Amino acid sequence: MSFLEIRNLSAKVKGNPVRLLRGVSLEVEAGEVRGLVGESGAGKSMIGKAILGTLPASVELTAGQILLGGEDLGALSPKARRSRIGATCALIPQDPLTALNPSRRIGPQITDRLVDILGWGRAKAEARALELLAEVHIPDPARVLRAYPHELSGGMRQRILIASAFAAEPKLIVADEPTTALDVTVQKQILKLIAEMQARHGTALLFVTHDLGVVSKVCDRLSVLYGGMVVEDTTTRAFFAGPSHAYSRALLAATPKYTDPEGSLTPVPEEVLVAVQGELVMADRAYGRAGGTHG
Amino acid sequence: MAEGVKMDGRGAVRRRMPLRLVLSAGWLTVLVLAALLAPWIAPKDPLAQDLFLGRMPPFWVAGAEPGYLLGTDSLGRDVLSRILYGARLALTVALVAGGLTCLIGATLGLMAGFLRGWVDLVISRLIDIWMAFPPVLFSILLIAVLGPGLSSIIIAIVVIDWTRFARVVRAEAMAQGAMDYVASARVAGRGRFSTMLTEILPNVLPTILVLLTLEMGVAIIVEAILSFVNLSISTDDPTWGGMIAEGRASIHQAWWVLIFPLVTLFLTVLSFSQLGEGLKDRYDPVLR
Repeated sequence: MSFLEIRNLSAKVKGNPVRLLRGVSLEVEAGEVRGLVGESGAGKSMIGKAILGTLPASVELTAGQILLGGEDLGALSPKARRSRIGATCALIPQDPLTALNPSRRIGPQITDRLVDILGWGRAKAEARALELLAEVHIPDPARVLRAYPHELSGGMRQRILIASAFAAEPKLIVADEPTTALDVTVQKQILKLIAEMQARHGTALLFVTHDLGVVSKVCDRLSVLYGGMVVEDTTTRAFFAGPSHAYSRALLAATPKYTDPEGSLTPVPEEVLVAVQGELVMADRAYGRAGGTHG
Repeated sequence: MAEGVKMDGRGAVRRRMPLRLVLSAGWLTVLVLAALLAPWIAPKDPLAQDLFLGRMPPFWVAGAEPGYLLGTDSLGRDVLSRILYGARLALTVALVAGGLTCLIGATLGLMAGFLRGWVDLVISRLIDIWMAFPPVLFSILLIAVLGPGLSSIIIAIVVIDWTRFARVVRAEAMAQGAMDYVASARVAGRGRFSTMLTEILPNVLPTILVLLTLEMGVAIIVEAILSFVNLSISTDDPTWGGMIAEGRASIHQAWWVLIFPLVTLFLTVLSFSQLGEGLKDRYDPVLR
């Protein structure tokens, strides 16, 4: 059974009828790496936020369910939902520079999680934090635990955030473009590290990215998103062998290739966009007929 | 910084104590000592009048009376002693009024900025309404209702100036609330109140500190204004504002009665604001 199951999830901004998510369905098996790709504004990050319960107050979920380990989050009280998500999920954020609290030392920022979720004592949590930092290849972890974030480089901070995400042995980690804010040489190391940690801990990973190169390296399956709608849900192997949806094909063709950096920059063709936007309209009509609010 | 930590060299750089921090802290230290030790170091009784020694100039001017270093006012009271005793009132007002204003304003601002929703709505509207009152008139009105006295001055300052903190802290807390580490803490199941204390408060603390020192300066000015319009404590007791008001009447005959308390007031208010800025530059981990 899949650990995360999203059924027909719709979301919109309060007071605006346009849907941001248009009936998204998605499954992540235990221990599986699922890529979530699409262009800017496709709703990739929003799905991650919906799972973690960190959507901004202006966004509301209008339909659908999110199930964690078979349990419907919508049916739980806010407090129970919080502790359920906290115990089973974690986040690797996009920008390591803003993801650590600048006025606290690294140590407590990792151990907080162990104390909060697992109810460990400080000493035990600190010992575990040392192990974790060693696991993400940070030299001299004892020093780093006592350091403030501004004393560390971006790559180091992202390693710390990865260690912190895996700390309480979550079942699912949402990685929200974890390499976008890093420079290319560091990106590769971090990607390798995430894959390594994922394999060791057997954690399911929802990997939000717009970089198909990243997907090809780490993901088992992937969902292609356009306008808050899943246009293709397939295995990575099948996708790179030949996507079935026209938009996915165009997206794949638009990826720059190192061998031919100028010639390979093909924009998504107009007719493909018109076709996929037509699908969005159809989906909205069907939603309206089914009694969805404001069509 | 932790002992011996050398990460990428950034933490290892030692910076000199900035001059303005040294100067402002030095002046304020002198002032605090003067206020504490006033009964022992003041050369004369600040209330003792001697009409035969009225308007004696400071010591370096011809015709000065020995023992009256900064001269005397029109009633023959020693200007230096009155300034020293005036520091007591000024610093009491600065600490108590500044502290209370900070506590109330920052708490409300923090709640509005982080909790948002109806809490923010109520507090923000309250700030808007409050700021529509002209502050000086409002304070004079308050004192008129409460009656003159130290506690009335403090209440007036707190009631008027809490919005200064609430506005700024609210905006800071909002900016902090959008940070990923706040989201991470929430995902980990941390409660709203606890998140506010560990993730938001430490990051707005430098701002609060700067505001507090500014507010201490403002509190002293407000006290001086109220003394100037004779609404502070009893007119006999030495206050800087009261001295300035008296000195104004005799500016052509005895400039020193006006100038010395004015310079003291100026330096003190300046020192408070410079102290805050200097501390922020030096100790804010975000800026380092």
